[in-house]
Amino acid sequence: MNPMLIILLLVPVVGALLMYPLRHNVPAAKATAMVTALVEFLLVVVIWVGYDTAAAAAGTRFQYEFSVPWIPAFGTHLAFGIDGIALVLIALTAFLVPGLMLFAWAEKLPEGRTASGYFALLLATQATLMGVFTATDVFLFYVFFEAMLIPMYFLIGRFGGPNRQYASVKFFLYSLLGGLIMLASLIGLYVTSGNVLGQGTFTWTELQAIAQDVPTSTQIWLFLGFFVAFAIKAPLVPFHTWLPDAGAEAPIVAAVLLVGVLDKVGTFGFLRYCLPLFPDASQALAPLVITLAVIGVIYGALLAVGQKDMSRFVAYTSIAHFGFIALGTFAFSSQAFAGATLYMVNHGLSTGMLFVMVGLLVARGGSRLISDYGGVAKLAPLLAGCLLLAGMSSLALPGTNSFVSEFLVLVGSFPNEPVATIIATVGIIFAALYVLWFYQQTMQGPVRGNAVIKALETAGAGGPGAMIDPAVAASRGAGFPDLTKREIGVLAPLIVVIVLLGFFPGPVLDVINPSVQATMTELGLPDPVPAGGTSR
Amino acid sequence: MTPLNAPPIDYGAIAPLLIVLGGACVSVLLEAFLPRHQRWPAQVALTVLVVAVAGVTLGVYAGSAPAAGVVTLGSTLAVDMPTLFLWGTLLVLGFGSLLLIADRSVEPGGAFVASAAERLSVGAAPGTTTGATGVDPEHVDRSYGAPGEAPTMQTEVFPFTLFALGGMMAFVAANDLLTMFVALEVLSLPLYLMCGLARRRRLLSQEAAVKYFLLGAFASAFFLYGLALLYGYAGSVRLSAIAEAAVGTDRSDALLFGGLALLVVGLLFKGSVGPFHTWTPDVYQGAPTPVTAFMAACTKVAAFGAIARVLYVAFGSTRWEWRGVLWAVAIASMFIGAVLGLTQTDLKRMIAYSSIAHAGFLLIGTMAITPAGVSSTLFYLLAYGFTTLAVFGVISLVRTADGEATHLSQWAGLAKRSPVLAGVMTFLLLALAGIPLTSGFTAKFAIFAAALSDGMAPLVVIALVASAIAAFFYLRIVVLMYFSEAPENGPTVTVPGAFTTVTITLGVVVTLLLGIVPTLVLDWAGAGGFTG
Repeated sequence: MNPMLIILLLVPVVGALLMYPLRHNVPAAKATAMVTALVEFLLVVVIWVGYDTAAAAAGTRFQYEFSVPWIPAFGTHLAFGIDGIALVLIALTAFLVPGLMLFAWAEKLPEGRTASGYFALLLATQATLMGVFTATDVFLFYVFFEAMLIPMYFLIGRFGGPNRQYASVKFFLYSLLGGLIMLASLIGLYVTSGNVLGQGTFTWTELQAIAQDVPTSTQIWLFLGFFVAFAIKAPLVPFHTWLPDAGAEAPIVAAVLLVGVLDKVGTFGFLRYCLPLFPDASQALAPLVITLAVIGVIYGALLAVGQKDMSRFVAYTSIAHFGFIALGTFAFSSQAFAGATLYMVNHGLSTGMLFVMVGLLVARGGSRLISDYGGVAKLAPLLAGCLLLAGMSSLALPGTNSFVSEFLVLVGSFPNEPVATIIATVGIIFAALYVLWFYQQTMQGPVRGNAVIKALETAGAGGPGAMIDPAVAASRGAGFPDLTKREIGVLAPLIVVIVLLGFFPGPVLDVINPSVQATMTELGLPDPVPAGGTSR
Repeated sequence: MTPLNAPPIDYGAIAPLLIVLGGACVSVLLEAFLPRHQRWPAQVALTVLVVAVAGVTLGVYAGSAPAAGVVTLGSTLAVDMPTLFLWGTLLVLGFGSLLLIADRSVEPGGAFVASAAERLSVGAAPGTTTGATGVDPEHVDRSYGAPGEAPTMQTEVFPFTLFALGGMMAFVAANDLLTMFVALEVLSLPLYLMCGLARRRRLLSQEAAVKYFLLGAFASAFFLYGLALLYGYAGSVRLSAIAEAAVGTDRSDALLFGGLALLVVGLLFKGSVGPFHTWTPDVYQGAPTPVTAFMAACTKVAAFGAIARVLYVAFGSTRWEWRGVLWAVAIASMFIGAVLGLTQTDLKRMIAYSSIAHAGFLLIGTMAITPAGVSSTLFYLLAYGFTTLAVFGVISLVRTADGEATHLSQWAGLAKRSPVLAGVMTFLLLALAGIPLTSGFTAKFAIFAAALSDGMAPLVVIALVASAIAAFFYLRIVVLMYFSEAPENGPTVTVPGAFTTVTITLGVVVTLLLGIVPTLVLDWAGAGGFTG
């Protein structure tokens, strides 16, 4: 009974609730929200320091466990606990949120919306994310999985771009449909466990223990329910169409949380729920998933090349990246698992930074169109440099964080899935293509593009969707300014971590490896490429 | 000639029922003898007291009730654990509806006209179908209020409500079909009248009353015909006798299943299960909103309480033969509710279609002839009742000069003007959609788990798809309230009086609590099964 995870869950909830009494005092609300996010980050640091990798390697599946009965009639518990995979993901969440708040500090909100509501929704999203990653009861996980939709829905629908209504409803309905299909499987799982054990349960460890006793045909049905929900969330290719809309219309901070963290719940779900709870079904259906994953890698990259809108561009690159993660997850080697997990973190960082860069460009030019920008490097060299770094991280250049994870995924997947791995490798070339093309279009060459010219000619330019307070913009006069101190403050931690993880991924991998090896054991397959063997 | 023995009566068990029906009679006397300006306070005090005393009596009895239940009054009433739970549900929901009905601050003078015939003075100008008020209602009301007082409202609605409530309580406890039929009429007749009492939009209200009455009479006839066939089959109208007759007999099944079909049509009509739902949208829309709330919450409880009892006690042993038909009915109901709900532009009609979809889910629960099936249905009824009650309470608050603003477009941008109301409504709609941490989710989960373990997996999947479709129209309202711009001269949000506030708060709190800590109520719902 360690209350740490409960505190982790409650801190953002309390912070979000505090926004209501502070709704007329915007500076106090912002400060409270920031303090809450920083406290949350400190909590995660404490949890990370206290996480015992030796015990995890010795077979302790979850740490910081907390469990009290919730609804005895359904056999559910308020059960929390983390393994290495969950730990790195809560760390990613807690790391991103304070920076995002700093980014949103002076954001111009749509008329009639208050900053306190905005920050309350951010904190609520954070709370549900903490819940979804730390739950060790499948029912509880489902509750957070669905609850997660609501703050994100309001973030997109109330604070998003011009087409926000359409995007938010599409996002909600897609996710809800997936969730309800998963609910059918969830109930099925409960009933099945009742048949095997005599009494239905939702406790993850108990369900995992009986996983091998469930007939494969049943497993396949149950697996499919969970799979559809996670594939919509992740998203894998035929289920992806909501992401470009939601990602483009969401305000930048919500887009970072959505694509950077919330979508990871899908891939996290594959690793935590699909593989250990339905091992036979996972093996039987792996070819299907891997096919979808590889299609996603190529298709996402090709569509990214063709995008005109910067936010949609980033969203499509993410679909390609999710393909890599799914490939690593269903390649069934602990090294590929470790790569996929690290990829989740790295993708959150690099895509988060890309979205932030897009936001900074939009704040200056007031347009999301790629063709409205050109030659920005001459006007704002720091901004261009940061965009280049974010892009390099996204295309997995050696020395950046993503290289390590992409390499691990490909090396770990090759023994089991050589053909898929080779095809996916082509995706790397496409990644270089779309990133460099995007950079060249917007940053290189002579100063051009409607948005840039307009910003240079008019003080306080930046049309609808401008992210910076118009008063601040006007005071700066005409021009296309380089990064401000606050913006550097947002980007600096991201840059540091991206480079650091590129050269020293060891500490993170040490946390991940015991847990992915445990997942491998639960899957009951020989491990072709043990994690931790190479590439420290 | 043998002497005629009066059957023994367990007065303790049926005390709540007797109190409600007795209170209804007293209420009629008050209506007859009190001067007009004293009626409203006296009637409100009486009905609230009656319901409260009945509730306390029920609580006292339930504390010491035998787990197996008792059959009393010449085996016409079965007071078992499901009965007690349903009575409790009916009384609490009835209490909430009564408060809505009694509220006079939302609609000045109350939502009810002097009498159903008061058309010319209060009703529509000839030729208008919406029935917008042609005459200043205050002026009309003055004539029968005490001088210098606030305008009074007509108070027949209180005895009606008590009679309907008593009928519902007898309906869910009926142990034979004849008692059930009488109870059905006792609960239906007051409802028909109550539908026609709306102060605003008289024509719609009267149309609703006539439509409800005509279709309801047909449904009653179906029920009676089915009853006759079953009596012919089993030689008895007792539910357990029908079950016994169905086992090990060489009589033709045609009578049994013909009778069941007709009987169930009558019951499904009351529960507004598609395809027997056609009255629901019109009546929900036309009836005064507090009455709609009463019907939506309590009638649903009564109808499904009775359906569950009939299917479980009388037809449990033959379930493999009729279940296929009810599958089709449940699927039809869920899809009619979910799909037609999408096309509605009136909020009350939309909630009506939502209730049709929910009726489909409830039917799934009643089809699972297991203890889990019964307890999950009971729980669902309680959860759904409270949510619906609060939804109608909220709807009654959003008004224009012409009365309630139920057209969807009038709700646009409401969050800006009244964030609390929009927040409450959003929460309730999420509960109707079945999002976790609301009672709607717990209830859906319980029903689907029961259905799945009784071998209805495909139906559960279909039901989940239907809930996804239905979620879309709940979401439409949320989108309108939060993301759309408010129209010019849109509706105002009335500050609710104490009564309406209590009902809405009750509904919201219960919806939240049953979503987070449902254990206690789940235990009550699962305390025991039907007794034959």
